Amino acid sequence: MSIFGEVPQAAPVAVFKLTADFREDQNPRKVNLGVGAYRTDEGQPWVLPVVRKVEKMIADDHSLNHEYLPILGLPEFRSSSSKIALGEDSPAIKDNRVGAVQCLGGTGALKIGAEFLRRWYNGTDNTKTPIYVSAPTWENHNAVFSNAGFEDIRPYKYWDAGKRGLDLEGFLGDLESAPDHSIFVLHACAHNPTGTDPTQDQWKQIADVMKRKSLFAFFDSAYQGFASGNLDKDAWAVRYFVSQGFELFCAQSFSKNFGLYNERVGNLTVVAKDQDNLNRVLSQMEKIVRITWSNPPSQGARLVAITLNTPELFAEWKDNVKTMADRVLLMRAQLKEKLKALGTPGTWEHITEQIGMFSFTGLNSKQVEYLVKEKHIYLMASGRINMCGLTTKNIDYVAESIHEAVTTVQ
Amino acid sequence: MALLKTSKFIPSVGSLRPFLATLPIRASSWWTEVQMGPPDPILGVTEAYKRDTNSKKMNLGVGAYRDDSGKPFVLSCVRKAEALISSKMLDKEYLPIGGLGDFNKACAELALGPDSEVLKSKRSITVQTISGTGSLRIGANFLSRFHTVARDVYLPKPSWGNHTPIFRDAGMQLKAYRYYDPATCGFDFTGALDDISTIPEHSVIVLHACAHNPTGVDPRPEQWKELSAVIKKRKLLVFFDMAYQGFASGDIDRDAWAVRYFIEQGHNVLLSQSFAKNMGLYGERVGGFTVVCADAEEAKRVESQLKILIRPIYSNPPMNGARIASTILSTPELRATWLEEVKDMANRIIKMREMLVTNLKKEGSTHNWQHVIDQIGMFCFTGLKPEQVERLTKEFSVYMTKDGRISVAGVTSGNVGYLAHAIHQVTK
Repeated sequence: MSIFGEVPQAAPVAVFKLTADFREDQNPRKVNLGVGAYRTDEGQPWVLPVVRKVEKMIADDHSLNHEYLPILGLPEFRSSSSKIALGEDSPAIKDNRVGAVQCLGGTGALKIGAEFLRRWYNGTDNTKTPIYVSAPTWENHNAVFSNAGFEDIRPYKYWDAGKRGLDLEGFLGDLESAPDHSIFVLHACAHNPTGTDPTQDQWKQIADVMKRKSLFAFFDSAYQGFASGNLDKDAWAVRYFVSQGFELFCAQSFSKNFGLYNERVGNLTVVAKDQDNLNRVLSQMEKIVRITWSNPPSQGARLVAITLNTPELFAEWKDNVKTMADRVLLMRAQLKEKLKALGTPGTWEHITEQIGMFSFTGLNSKQVEYLVKEKHIYLMASGRINMCGLTTKNIDYVAESIHEAVTTVQ
Repeated sequence: MALLKTSKFIPSVGSLRPFLATLPIRASSWWTEVQMGPPDPILGVTEAYKRDTNSKKMNLGVGAYRDDSGKPFVLSCVRKAEALISSKMLDKEYLPIGGLGDFNKACAELALGPDSEVLKSKRSITVQTISGTGSLRIGANFLSRFHTVARDVYLPKPSWGNHTPIFRDAGMQLKAYRYYDPATCGFDFTGALDDISTIPEHSVIVLHACAHNPTGVDPRPEQWKELSAVIKKRKLLVFFDMAYQGFASGDIDRDAWAVRYFIEQGHNVLLSQSFAKNMGLYGERVGGFTVVCADAEEAKRVESQLKILIRPIYSNPPMNGARIASTILSTPELRATWLEEVKDMANRIIKMREMLVTNLKKEGSTHNWQHVIDQIGMFCFTGLKPEQVERLTKEFSVYMTKDGRISVAGVTSGNVGYLAHAIHQVTK
């Protein structure tokens, strides 16, 4: 008789199951367009040259040790990361009202932010405060907030499947009808999974409603630099909100733009009205961190801090980021061209209009199943593809397969 | 609660909040009602120590090993492992949610022993965690979700300060069983047995596998045997916290004896392991959480649920430290070096305990300081009272926590004499 006799088997996390299935597939033409990790044109993971360089610097520096970091993380990492998000000359930083918590990846940053909000946002029990996440959104958003105790997680209209673009009207409508003080999770750039971002003008409209209704902006920034190739451009929305006087959170991930996936490097940037409020917020976040992981891992943060704080390395990093972003842009352009050349029914402009790692192809679940089972091309049931999985060697096969799926499977 | 402007009552939010008059946006904040969190008691000690200008100051608060010059110590097996790893030019792809497989295997073997029946029958699951804290947190969350038959977690009195808030935040209720006897500065064996024998069935009981934190007081093997019997009788769920394997006695098997004995006796335990101290990997956050199950099938189900718990916290764990630990444990030459170095660290601590007592006697102290030698591991519950601790800090710049706990790791052959002198002054 076991106490765990009744523990049910949980379903595997879809995106990881996809990769597992891909690995087991013996077909030589298989393509993995599932998990969101960058690949080179040879289909290989890419450790950024600047990362290898700094890793070696760290390894050779025997004055460094493995002592505990402070609970909130490595100070030089936190401040330089926030600068990346808000800009070197951010007035909010100059006003000493920006702080940060080093976290385990973007997920960890969302987690700490969510736990704080549940305890302190609007009164001391926010279990009933509505959390709005985009429809669709990264599949883990829901779990992060519900595990933090939020009971009311709602979608806001975002993706218009018909026109394959942003449903601005629906988005603004949901903002208007949301209860005041609701919390909105916004993708800073390169929306996951649709790759569809609001334009600057659309962001302004969004911000207007949010300000008027006192809605809280919780930005998820996992692709800064990776979307357009330009750090400042990708941070425009966050900085605009700050300039409009919002207090906000920004969960930053360095998994993709530094290629540091497995070192779990993230930063929760906090923008408050003033330093006093900021300090109290950080003190409470410290308590949350202490009972979650005590203090964060050192290696990745060191690496990022050294890179961001050393001019030549910083320049080299920006260059590496542009390399990745450019390859993705190239694959987007080529995929669209090939589908057009094949005469694949439908419009494919969205492939180049969308931005970042992912594209919401618009393929339905039957067509996706066809691709996976018949063509050994692995993508998410939602039709989301990781553009990084495309290479000059497989793009023809993928384009032809999409063509087949669209023309033969309804 | 601060509002940016007056608003209507919102039925979906449970409580009424006072309205404020309309304020310009910059003047009011969401966070006006957020209280300042209390300073961490242990960190507070280090902060005060840093500010002190006395050249003789000693920091006996921090639970991190120091060498005989008072410096942090990076194990040579760690440096070698790091060099090996960097030569491999590995990629940085995400680890699975449950962590590095090689690490999990080695971690489980280290605790359970290579001949473990549990490992042979594959009836346990080990996941990589964010060091000991992360392991306890996952364990607490798992209990909260699946151990619905009982909500109570029994901690020894006293226990590591962070145990209580971790379990509480996960939704469990905290209770205690007698453990430390201030009269003897030793183990309150009869008190522990008495208390444990009345714990309601199926409750969770936390046991420190070795080198109890903060007291340094461990049960002897015969006492562990009796504890196991009474715990079995009460049908309690055992949760071992093992943060000091190897670090306590210098022998990894000896330090894991209680865990292995309990398993042999049929307890299907939960186990948290940390490699912060025994490999000096503090900031790399290396740990493991193990659940011993009825059979392999159950272990698979439990594993799937642990992943569901982990994913919304941090998705998957950090590679660096786990890779180092795994390399050390599975490379024979490095493992041998590690065992030596762990023994050296443990022996230095033991030597400092002996020197402290010798010096106290030399100072003329007539108190019984035997407990300083009898206690084991990084910490020593000196028996000093808060007023005495305060004097130690104010008059001698010796920093420690108010409960009289010192980190013996902060004692060196260079400062042990000074420490003995200071302690004698406040206790004579």
